[in-house]
Amino acid sequence: MNKFLFIAASALLSLGISAMAGDLTGTVTFKGTPPAEKSFADAMQADPNCTALYAAGKFPTTQWYVVSASGGLADVVVSIKGLPAASGAAAAPAVLDQKGCLYTPSILAVQAGQKVIVKNSDSCVHNIHTVPKENEMKNMVQMPGGPDLEFVFDKPEPFLKFQCDVHPWMFAWVSVQENQYFALSGKDGKFTIKNVPAGKYTVQFAHRKLGTQTAEVEIKDGAVTQDIAFEAK
Amino acid sequence: MNAKYNPALFWFAVLNAFVTFLLIGLGGLVTSHEAGMSVPDWPNTFGYNMFLFPVDKWVGGIFYEHSHRLLATVVGFLTTVLAIWLSLKDSRKWMHWLGVAAFLLVILQGILGGLRVRWSLNWLGVPHGAVAQTFLVLTCAIALFLSRWWQNSATQKQMAVPRGLRSHVLYLTILIFVQLLIAATMRHQHAGLAIWDFPAAHGQLWPATTPEAIADYNAHRPAGMIGNSITAFQVNLQMVHRLVAYLIFLGVAAVPFMARKRLGGADGLTKFGWFWLVLMALQIALGAATVLSNKAADIATGHVMVGALALLTGALWWLVAVRRTKVAG
Repeated sequence: MNKFLFIAASALLSLGISAMAGDLTGTVTFKGTPPAEKSFADAMQADPNCTALYAAGKFPTTQWYVVSASGGLADVVVSIKGLPAASGAAAAPAVLDQKGCLYTPSILAVQAGQKVIVKNSDSCVHNIHTVPKENEMKNMVQMPGGPDLEFVFDKPEPFLKFQCDVHPWMFAWVSVQENQYFALSGKDGKFTIKNVPAGKYTVQFAHRKLGTQTAEVEIKDGAVTQDIAFEAK
Repeated sequence: MNAKYNPALFWFAVLNAFVTFLLIGLGGLVTSHEAGMSVPDWPNTFGYNMFLFPVDKWVGGIFYEHSHRLLATVVGFLTTVLAIWLSLKDSRKWMHWLGVAAFLLVILQGILGGLRVRWSLNWLGVPHGAVAQTFLVLTCAIALFLSRWWQNSATQKQMAVPRGLRSHVLYLTILIFVQLLIAATMRHQHAGLAIWDFPAAHGQLWPATTPEAIADYNAHRPAGMIGNSITAFQVNLQMVHRLVAYLIFLGVAAVPFMARKRLGGADGLTKFGWFWLVLMALQIALGAATVLSNKAADIATGHVMVGALALLTGALWWLVAVRRTKVAG
């Protein structure tokens, strides 16, 4: 009888908790004209394996400011501060690929403890050199067709740099978050953080080049919208 | 065994010094291209014996780092042969010890370079650079001591060099070495340029380094600067580097005039002083070009190489002056 009551109470409690959680959604926009990106055409001449992948005039550029036609700004890390952290170990691994002598994606957000799988889809060698401020530095070789490499970062840090010293134009930044309540704005600038416990929080919007902004939100049952705009500095 | 001029030994020592100078240039290219970590293992190269690493894999940053390692082994080999040759053919005991010192220094340098990679310690690049400069001076000094002029100087009439002039050059040379340490510290921050205008600094005489000012500099870094964010320390360090450069230039500019007054315009040391001044003018121009070109790798490396030549010129000038003074009695 006691066991039945305990299960029923637990079920009611969990229903109650989910009823007291909401989603945070919004759109990150960019005002003004984004600065010009830098072409990798010259830098890539250092490795014929890389130049062979691109037609003349079609070389990639930096992707600092990915702005949609409607002004949506991609690659902004949106995170809710002050919530207790569950271990990120159970979260599905995030994937960072080296493709076309570029890191794809160039910005990634993971939770502390969550695995980051690094692939090499190129036909050339890369070295994966992490340049953390809080976590342990690593520098590893990945041959073409070599096995995937696994990285786990235990300490939060806003932007942890991955670089390839063989190809010095190759950079990626992994934002290591303290809890699971974060998202990365998409190409249209939209983001959603699901199942945020009800309450008042500070939301942080961090862009690698444009800096950081914050907003205060109150999460209630259902979806709460918080938009933000960045401007060129 | 004799202390007579041995042309083969002398030219071998010159070769060692010349290859060492090239090695410093190649090391400069490694740092300028941010390629130091492109080969994560050492002494192997991507698991290969370094001498068997396939040439078709020498691409991107690997080209600079791997060729730097190979040239370093050439210098190691030449230095080892030189040390043995000195011990066998030079009658001066102190030259034997100089050969041993060069041998030990080149071993230390190799280990420093290897550990900088294996332990991924940026700061180890600073002693690696400092030992490189010291080693270059040592190899050139050995060549000088083996030269026909040095060995015959005792039997020829020499004009003494006044103590004040010698001290002036010695202190300047030490200051250049300190300047090279500052420069190595700047380069091994791997942060790109902390100040990207010249002769002003962030549009000011001495740039503000408040947290707000640093945040503003970082927000307005020119396109293409992809290093880590800059810090107040790095801004101040570059300013100290600039100030010391001006001091050195003024000090070196005085040398040929002082030498002309004390030794005469036709004296070798006066002419060497003019050469030193030209080097320093070139070095300041290269420093400015390094800033204005956003640290273009070839220009920055040229700045490193001329810096090494400037140190070397001061050291050799002083050694020759000391020798002449001693012989003149």
